[in-house]
Amino acid sequence: MLAFVLTRLLLLIPTFVGVTLAAFSFIRLLPGDPVLALSGERGITPERHAALMSEFGLDKPLWQQYLAFIQDVFSLDLGNSLVTKRPVLEEFLTLFPATVELSLVAMTLAVAIGLPIGVIAAQRRGKFLDHTVMTVALTGYSMPIFWWGLLLIILFSGWLGWTPVSGRISLLYFFDTPTGFMLVDSLLSGEEGAFKSAVRHLILPSIVLGTIPLAVIARQTRSAMLEVLSEDYVRTARAKGLAPIRVVGLHALRNALIPVITVIGLQVGVLLGGAILTETIFSWPGIASWIVHSIERRDYPSVQGGLLLIAGIIMLVNLAVDLLYGLVNPRIRRS
Amino acid sequence: MFKNLSLMALAVVAALAVAIAVAVPNQTAQAKTFVYCSEGSPEGFDTALYTAGTTFDASSRAIYNRLTQFVVGTTDIEPGLAESWDISSDGLEYTFNLRRGVKFHTTDNFTPSRDFNADDVLFTFLRQYDENHPWHAYTPGTAWEYFNGMSMPDLIKSIDKVDDYTVKFVLTRPEAPMIANLAMDFASIVSAEYADQLTASGTQEDMNQKPVGTGPFQLVDYRQDAAIRYKAHPDYWRGKQAIDDLVFAITTDASVRQQKLLAGECHLMPYPNPADIASLDADPNVTVVKQEGLNVGYLAYNTTQAPFDDVRVRKALNMAINKQAIIDAVFQGEAEAAKNPIPPTIWSYNEATVDDAYDPAAARAMLAEAGVSGLSMNVWAMPVQRPYNPNARRMAELIQADFKEVGVDVEIVSYEWGEYLARSKELDRDGAVLLGWTGDNGDPDNFLAVLLGCDGVGGSNRAQWCNEEFEELVQEAKTVSDPATRTRLYEKAQMVFKREAPWATIAHSITHTPMRTNVTGYKVDPLGGHVFEGVDLR
Repeated sequence: MLAFVLTRLLLLIPTFVGVTLAAFSFIRLLPGDPVLALSGERGITPERHAALMSEFGLDKPLWQQYLAFIQDVFSLDLGNSLVTKRPVLEEFLTLFPATVELSLVAMTLAVAIGLPIGVIAAQRRGKFLDHTVMTVALTGYSMPIFWWGLLLIILFSGWLGWTPVSGRISLLYFFDTPTGFMLVDSLLSGEEGAFKSAVRHLILPSIVLGTIPLAVIARQTRSAMLEVLSEDYVRTARAKGLAPIRVVGLHALRNALIPVITVIGLQVGVLLGGAILTETIFSWPGIASWIVHSIERRDYPSVQGGLLLIAGIIMLVNLAVDLLYGLVNPRIRRS
Repeated sequence: MFKNLSLMALAVVAALAVAIAVAVPNQTAQAKTFVYCSEGSPEGFDTALYTAGTTFDASSRAIYNRLTQFVVGTTDIEPGLAESWDISSDGLEYTFNLRRGVKFHTTDNFTPSRDFNADDVLFTFLRQYDENHPWHAYTPGTAWEYFNGMSMPDLIKSIDKVDDYTVKFVLTRPEAPMIANLAMDFASIVSAEYADQLTASGTQEDMNQKPVGTGPFQLVDYRQDAAIRYKAHPDYWRGKQAIDDLVFAITTDASVRQQKLLAGECHLMPYPNPADIASLDADPNVTVVKQEGLNVGYLAYNTTQAPFDDVRVRKALNMAINKQAIIDAVFQGEAEAAKNPIPPTIWSYNEATVDDAYDPAAARAMLAEAGVSGLSMNVWAMPVQRPYNPNARRMAELIQADFKEVGVDVEIVSYEWGEYLARSKELDRDGAVLLGWTGDNGDPDNFLAVLLGCDGVGGSNRAQWCNEEFEELVQEAKTVSDPATRTRLYEKAQMVFKREAPWATIAHSITHTPMRTNVTGYKVDPLGGHVFEGVDLR
């Protein structure tokens, strides 16, 4: 197991180098520059443009800029935003819990619903229920997030008035947020109704963000279960007279889970992609919408720092999935 | 097995349903808390560092005052932190008599020991003006973009403290719009005493994060990308505001802002989708206030390049454009056809100029007279939405169709916004550029000199048009302070502009501000800002 973990850790190094290069070059490949973006239509003289580019250190050769970036990364300082002038790491850490909270709730929802309906569909293969569940899953998968979000807002917040339109908590509540996780902070605040408000604000965004992973998990669970259910050992288990719940729940599901876990791990990237739109629709102050604004403003330090941190997190999640994989299936860690 | 799993799924769905069901509508607004669904996050709170309206709404318009200021809802100037001012007969010296007894905000990290005085004025301007000032570069990349953009470094010779309550600005040349310039956001007065405290504690960046001003509201808290909270300044020199708390709920999507307004989660929203205005107007709980914007959308020919150096070609193309069709399709009818380069809401707007009427036949004839046939040109379409041009691509397509009618082939080109602005300035740029302008200070000079003056060639003058007669009129108008004389000069300048046609003037848009019907005292700012001084809730 140790060798398996070490190999996986070593593989992180080239990936990390690639990620820093990608994060650094991505924003520089886009046309325009931060100074032009800052000056807007009022314009800027070429002399001032040159002076500001020099002040931001953007007049240096690219390799020097890259080295400076790497140096900063190793000293855990990602520089200051060119726009807000605040440290990039501080901005990221302020907004990150909001994205994590939303993603965790969305993923829990996706697993909690996707897994059982995938199993049910596999059990009822070819039947009406199977077709219905899979059609709904396909619809969910194909749903444009922006449209889906607006539809839910108009229905539940506009017409029915059940859920708030956007934000993380009602503006009536104002308390310190030491953890950044509103569900936790609202409980810590001791303010009556704050936790309920935080829950209500999470409902629609997590449904919207969780829809695509839910559909993917349901479909993956169904196909993995179908494969496992036709295996000999399942037939043997059934022939031995084991209770159906033990056959499906213990023997079949455990083996079917391997590809499902992989898919769940891969959904982390999908979640972050979906979070860009979800956060925009629900005015959710997270990192996904922050990165988009930073790209629009050509805020190089924020974009490269933010992308690096996000990529780092995805790498760690994938590492965790790999390790979990090894735990679930001993053959993998031996190979 | 199936039963068990079904039960499990049912339980999850039921839990969700319960979660939604407990979600009772919660629309009770706290007493006298005004919620504004703002369209974006401020870049910071030290106004002079920035150029974006969103930042100004959150900083200068709520937190600060200026020496002179705009009467809310107009472009008229009134005394602000300066009670009165004298201008020397040569127009070079401006002496401001400062208001006494003005208190700065008392915040968690600052308690002022004195009232506002001349030191604050000097600090405010010298940090932007003097490259050796210790605060000139207090954060990385401090640009003072507006101060520079308004040519203040060239214009100001010195700023002197005469006594604690008198400050004198000495200019290098007469500049009639100076008083209006000082009412602009970049001229917001910050506290010198606070700056000293921040310098002593080594926390200068707090000037941008924890602002202290003299304005009607003081900052309580900013949660990035989520909300900004202010409370009424208890010692505000014009009296404490009727609302106790002001909250900006940052909501970037216009459709979501609309839903929040309809659900009563906010009292006022900016920038509705043009297509949604009718439905908002129909809601009994919402009022939509209209205001002619202080803007102009135009198509600028490059007057230095053939065949656009021939006024007949420019006039002919102007006559080929069906402005009404553009207003209907691009502005959903919510704009006014433009004939002058300044909007009708600005003083000195010349009613007497006659627009080039839409007449494709006459346009064809005039092109033939100029000896132009088989012309192909580029029309540049902005990649962004602006009040003066909500859909430049669509506008360019309509112009393309109009020009085709008169035998001119158009290719539509576009670039990333920063690139677009930079390339469109180039002296040898091809074709014609769609662009526009929203006024900064309500002075005609801010349109005519900036957009069409000879100094702007290769810069903000996208027509690269330098006309001696026009330039003389505009320059003379800068040097006289008598409004009637200036009006006459600007009226003449507009006549010259119309005769020479460096632009096709397209439209002045109408801005819409939807608000709940219980909002009182809100006045739409023609300069495009959102000002909450004087606002109350019924």
